[in-house]
Amino acid sequence: MSYANDRLLLANVSRRGLLKGLVGGSALLLAARWDLGLASETAQFGAGAMPGGWVDDPNVFIHIDSDGGVTIINNRAEMGQGIRTSLVMVAADELGADWDRVRAQQANADQDKYGNQNTDGSRSMRHWYDPMRRAAAAARIMLEQAAAQQWEVPVHEVRAEIHKVVHSPTGRELGFGALAQAARDLDVPGRDALVLKSDSELRFIGKESGLINGELVSAHPKAIDGEDIVSGQAVFGADVDLEDTLYAVVARPPVYGARVKRVDDGEALKVPGVRKTLRIEGTGQPAAFNPLGGVAVVASNTWAAMEGRRALEIEWDMAPAGDNADYTSDPYRESLEAAAQSPGKVIRQTGDVEAALEDADTRVSATYYMPHMAQSPMEPPVAIVRIRDGKAEAWAPVQNPRATREGIAQRLGIDKESVTVHQTLLGGGFGRKSKPDFVTEAAAVAREFEGQPVKLQWSREDDIQHAYFHAVSVDHLEAGLDADGKAIAWRHRTLSPSIASLFAPDPKHKGEFELGMGFNTMPFSIPAIRLENPPAPAHVRIGWFRSVYNLPHAWAIQSFAHEMAMAAGRDHRDYVLELLGPDREVHNLTVGDGWNYGEDPDLYPIDTARMRRVIERATEEAGWGRETGKGRGLGLAFHHSFVSYTAIVFEVEVSDEGELTIHRADIAFDCGPQANPERIRSQLEGACVMGIGIALQSEVTFKDGVAQQDNFDSYLIPRMPDAPRVVRVHLIDNPDDAMGGVGEPGLPPVAPALCNAIFAATGKRIRRLPVGDQLTG
Amino acid sequence: MVTLTINGREHELDVPDNMPLLWALRDIVGLRGTKFGCGIAECGACTVHLDGAATRACITPVSAVQGREVTTIEAMADDAVGQRVQAAWLDLGVAQCGYCQGGQIMNATALLKTTPEPDTQDIVDAMAGNLCRCGTYNRILAAIERASGKEASS
Repeated sequence: MSYANDRLLLANVSRRGLLKGLVGGSALLLAARWDLGLASETAQFGAGAMPGGWVDDPNVFIHIDSDGGVTIINNRAEMGQGIRTSLVMVAADELGADWDRVRAQQANADQDKYGNQNTDGSRSMRHWYDPMRRAAAAARIMLEQAAAQQWEVPVHEVRAEIHKVVHSPTGRELGFGALAQAARDLDVPGRDALVLKSDSELRFIGKESGLINGELVSAHPKAIDGEDIVSGQAVFGADVDLEDTLYAVVARPPVYGARVKRVDDGEALKVPGVRKTLRIEGTGQPAAFNPLGGVAVVASNTWAAMEGRRALEIEWDMAPAGDNADYTSDPYRESLEAAAQSPGKVIRQTGDVEAALEDADTRVSATYYMPHMAQSPMEPPVAIVRIRDGKAEAWAPVQNPRATREGIAQRLGIDKESVTVHQTLLGGGFGRKSKPDFVTEAAAVAREFEGQPVKLQWSREDDIQHAYFHAVSVDHLEAGLDADGKAIAWRHRTLSPSIASLFAPDPKHKGEFELGMGFNTMPFSIPAIRLENPPAPAHVRIGWFRSVYNLPHAWAIQSFAHEMAMAAGRDHRDYVLELLGPDREVHNLTVGDGWNYGEDPDLYPIDTARMRRVIERATEEAGWGRETGKGRGLGLAFHHSFVSYTAIVFEVEVSDEGELTIHRADIAFDCGPQANPERIRSQLEGACVMGIGIALQSEVTFKDGVAQQDNFDSYLIPRMPDAPRVVRVHLIDNPDDAMGGVGEPGLPPVAPALCNAIFAATGKRIRRLPVGDQLTG
Repeated sequence: MVTLTINGREHELDVPDNMPLLWALRDIVGLRGTKFGCGIAECGACTVHLDGAATRACITPVSAVQGREVTTIEAMADDAVGQRVQAAWLDLGVAQCGYCQGGQIMNATALLKTTPEPDTQDIVDAMAGNLCRCGTYNRILAAIERASGKEASS
């Protein structure tokens, strides 16, 4: 197979036991092929272990024109996390470029050239900070060498300043532009010859700027895409302007796995502007990143295509969907709750939990539910594909360009070298655009129109009803407390369909890369612990949603720790600090986690001191322990994810009528070294808002396999009135540990912190999300 | 044929009367700063000004805008209030992904034209129809206050 030449080594995946939850050899092949971010042949951890690895060649990433314009290639998807600004800024700072003369250019899909481009797992900065600094430092040294040669002086007498190289003894100067050609012809210095700038020489990296907790403390370097965005010029997936474009929408099977039985397109073809309808074959289950199939309507504009789709009469064959056509949310939840009453596959065990529970003076037990959700980025999936002379060209907002390229190649039966993928800006991703099914769909339509670009647009209804849904989850916990309220037993059963069901026969158990998201990595110091994973089947496409399985795990664990504190009659913060135990580094392998977000456990252990510090900081900033008055309360939650640490305290008020007001959030965050604090703050502010939606509003339910929500009037996400007016982000100054993730770790503790605050305000315990009308009903 | 006046220029379009203005702008006229987010006026990504008033282009048929002034995000750089709003957006680093921000800016600009000095509640009420999945609401609010001449709230 064509993947044999890629940098995936299946034996490595297998040896490391990373996919224990997957069944059979073909599953390993599929999972590896789809770039789960799990393996390479050379490195075991970190950026080097990712497919495609890292690249630090300055000739790949940095181009300087003779007029002094600096172009820095960004190889990661920009979806709102600001990586096009932050990563380019890292390189520009090390290079010494004048920020006003720097532009970013987005890399096409080419992992052989650019290294790993799969933008997920909050990895961009922690995997690319070092390579980009090295690339820029090498370019700077080459400029210095070029100047020294031109002046015929020793290279140690020259030094690069801002956008120029200076010969100190004589005061001579040459701009980067004047040196560019000569520098380009030099050999790239070896990595051991590189000296990176000291912190005091840096202008941008690690420097606080911009809006800090509501106050504009200083100007910040302008965002790369800022002016384009505010003037309507930014190019997202649907904004690429190509001559002769055709427009397509697709009617997809309402149930996962169903197929078209019969279609009558007579009325559709009468709609003015409609050119053609055509069937798209789905690949059945498991769908992976392939199209679901259905009927495409192709027209001269998007509206005509949508009107044409409305006029289609389609009879669906439900037989291939199997029991997916019976999938209904309430009975499914009840079945998981029932399964949670019985022991499941043991994931981690310390001591004798059953005996400790028997010995306990007090037992605490609770079951938590989190529903399906759709990522629903504001830009619905959309892609443009043009096929000409056996070659395909795509323009698409995708998080995973390599999978996009290979998906198109496979669908068309051509090699990946014949496929060019241009990555546009993403109007939000949140995991939805990790799956390029929509681009392959566009390719399947475009192959019928040789030479003509086809823009395939998903409607919001398409997006919500055919999402790769966040896994529904039931978590059942039981704890035993001794006479002093101290925890002596912890039993946690977690049940969710697995993302692995996308790629292989449904394993019905979570994989290690799912359990490792806060379940088996639970850091509490309790003598008897047993963690179990009973089975849960998948009936829809399950996929990554920002923070992924950290969401249900943090929601359950952080809610339950609060319940334990209340049962013990203790202050919640004091109690959880005690649960954390003495400061220590928990090596992931000792808690049954061989994944650790792909990072080296020696570099990235779970450090309970860092956890303690974010808890202390968030609670201090929030004024923990103060009298809040009737109907008001503070709630705390914290979580380790994507090798970073977050704690949040909410202050809420609930009226006698049950109306909730969120007054304030205090977020403490430790991601180790901070490349661009300004964008770290914005990510945490945004995660806080999205998490409030997860807590209060967002739910997709199913009836007979069909999603019951279809647009923002039924699938609710936060609006401006739902967000607290005061959101304060407290960044922990910690340059000494290894760099952690930023995009996702802000999200998991939001829902439990909010629900703990609701309990503090009202005494009402929330165990089922979203809160919805539970406070008023 | 319908005749539309968009950003001060007349366009003759051969489209059905019921085509939403959004798709006429994007697919026919080629102004793509106005975004598609929901198609049912629930998200505000498609906000334009119709005779100065914030209007959801996704549910407004072209037949309803004949003889009226349509203004889109592309024209805000030429609008005194729009310029202030854009500058405030940049100063405060409002945008994350940016997809909704054109609509947010159009809505905010329309607000400031009718209510030059809005209080916080005015802003929250006016902006409640514009969704941002990235969750940039507090920066949007602060930017509107900044554009109105009031300092960003703390």
